[in-house]
Amino acid sequence: MDKNEEKQREEEREQVVSPWEVSSSGKIDYDKLIDKFGCQRLDQSLVDRVQRLTGRPPHVFLRRGVFFAHRDLNDILDAYEKGEKFYLYTGRGPSSEALHLGHLVPFMFTKYLQDAFKVPLVIQLTDDEKCMWKNLSVEESQRLARENAKDIIACGFDVTKTFIFSDFDYVGGAFYKNMVKVAKCVTYNKVVGIFGFTGEDHIGKVSFPPVQAVPSFPSSFPHLFSGKDHLRCLIPCAIDQDPYFRMTRDVAPRIGYHKPALIESSFFPALQGETGKMSASDPNSAIYVTDSAKAIKNKINKYAFSGGQESVELHRKLGANLEVDIPVKYLSFFLEDDAELEHIKKEYGAGGMLTGEVKQRLAKVLTELVERHQVARAAVTDEMVDAFMAVRPLPNMFD
Amino acid sequence: MAYSKDQLLARLKDLQIEFSQYEHPAVMTVEAQAKYVGNIGGGLSKNLFLKDKKHRFYIVSALADTKVDMKVLSQRLGLGKGGLRMAPEETMLEILKVPLGSVTPFALVNESARDVALLLDKGFKAQERCFFHPLSNDMSISLNTNDLDKFLKSIGRDPAYVDLEANPAVGKDQPPDLAAFVPSGSTVLPDLPDPASAVQSAGGSHVNANNNCKAATEKAIKPAKDVQNVKDKSAKAVNPSSSFTDAEKFVEEILDRISAKLLSEKLFMQTKEGNIAQQGQELGNEIANRLRKCCYPELKNLATIFKNTAYTQGFHAGKASSLTQCPRT
Repeated sequence: MDKNEEKQREEEREQVVSPWEVSSSGKIDYDKLIDKFGCQRLDQSLVDRVQRLTGRPPHVFLRRGVFFAHRDLNDILDAYEKGEKFYLYTGRGPSSEALHLGHLVPFMFTKYLQDAFKVPLVIQLTDDEKCMWKNLSVEESQRLARENAKDIIACGFDVTKTFIFSDFDYVGGAFYKNMVKVAKCVTYNKVVGIFGFTGEDHIGKVSFPPVQAVPSFPSSFPHLFSGKDHLRCLIPCAIDQDPYFRMTRDVAPRIGYHKPALIESSFFPALQGETGKMSASDPNSAIYVTDSAKAIKNKINKYAFSGGQESVELHRKLGANLEVDIPVKYLSFFLEDDAELEHIKKEYGAGGMLTGEVKQRLAKVLTELVERHQVARAAVTDEMVDAFMAVRPLPNMFD
Repeated sequence: MAYSKDQLLARLKDLQIEFSQYEHPAVMTVEAQAKYVGNIGGGLSKNLFLKDKKHRFYIVSALADTKVDMKVLSQRLGLGKGGLRMAPEETMLEILKVPLGSVTPFALVNESARDVALLLDKGFKAQERCFFHPLSNDMSISLNTNDLDKFLKSIGRDPAYVDLEANPAVGKDQPPDLAAFVPSGSTVLPDLPDPASAVQSAGGSHVNANNNCKAATEKAIKPAKDVQNVKDKSAKAVNPSSSFTDAEKFVEEILDRISAKLLSEKLFMQTKEGNIAQQGQELGNEIANRLRKCCYPELKNLATIFKNTAYTQGFHAGKASSLTQCPRT
């Protein structure tokens, strides 16, 4: 008994994944995470099914296993096959103005889902959460929410199918009624168990979880989904958000709603290596969407952790360690061409290709991405943000 | 044509701006100026003409006693630690059209100074009257800040008063608080190419496209901020606004990008071994396929922006029209 307990405690100490902290003494073990959280692996058959249903090649994040776990995705696909639509729900906690590529990952994937399935999307900006957790002023968190909204819009969402809202602006009415319904179903002990609150945490934190839960229910958006109480919801998010939705899924049947389905991604590794997720407070741990081509090249060359060997001779002999090599990892996120990626992995792994070449290819890919984002970002005006955030009907949302 | 002191004074009178004028020998410093007008009530101003590494110019106008730390100001503008320098005398003549010793907010009346940013000390507000040179340092005029504002508004400027002595932290989570003051366009130096001017005019179209009751002046600052996020854009950069509101420009933009890709693709194809023998249909097909594949995401991006921009304009027009409609009886 004791030995097992000890082992379990040791394992728990090694890896921490929660909405507010992601760290590990070594690499994050995603299999263990799936086991611990109780979600499903997203296997190739599901990816193929998505391809069949949408009639287009699956997104690069699906092909490469970036989005690797899910809950009830099969149910969503079953319903979709029968002609039953669903809506997407994702969000961002606007804690800083500086967005990096890791932040864009869920939005890039959500945009693909919107285009492929032709479904509407709600995006929640949890300015209240950041106000509480990061001790920002209300005005500052609202300002950051609007600034972040611009970068989100720049990812290419269709304004005729997308509703962006900030908690400070939108909470109330039907949304709040659902929040109370959810809150009534979750005991204080439960929420402490899920989120780890202590007696020292203020009551704002303790009562926040329903805010992130209720966008999963269509009745929270009467201007969009009135009369569609049984519309299903699919939530693309990073796996550290799973606790919120475990709680939501627990509550949903008790208040007469469908459980939301989830599709979850792994973490985008920091430039320096796989010990956690990128941090907005360390500028060299990430490529920012405001970085110039020069800065991107520089950051990759200087800070990207290389799996290559120490000398050219040694490298030609042994090849690179693809497990820890960051440039290859990044390419697997952003290099569209499967064949080219395979080629690079093969050559680099065998020692034929050098780290410098891989880094050069990565710089080109990322620069293209970032520049495209910057063009789109420059075209986002305050009026456009107002339009996306206006409480308005979306008559063409399933077209 | 450079404004002269008399022309400025005449203009102030036209605007019914109340001011008092004091002639004195030419003064090069605030101390010298104080000898002549120091014991008349009012705050003396010191006026700095500064430039940053990207050849953008700033007038910082402050009470003589206000401490102005250039390093702090540079950071608050988002220019880094040593980003601000005193501007050379030639630029003072060229841009502000005033000689050394005569820097004044009034110099912004000149067309050549339209891209110069203005930072005003909030300390001025606490004074009954403040002293400035009316484009020449052999005279000082004193006026109330409300009247200064009136003048600035008449030349299309939005007067903004700043706590110049403040030293807020600037970092990734605390963006530079004065970043909005950095000019978005390049200046009118004749030898410099003007790639950013296309983007500058985009700021203008943002404002024109949505004629609603929000202060247009507020918007004039916002595009500067939007553009600031787009660092290091080269001369080939898209003019964001008109490419996405004007169908002709949109189509041109698309064709430009396709042509560019086509030319690079063609080159690539020609250097590939064996393909030199390929002719007509086969080559054409392959180029067409590659082109589709590589242009698709870029063009989709542009098209989405176009759609969103059109919707936004329609949305605001719809809102405005429902506000102005008379209720039916």
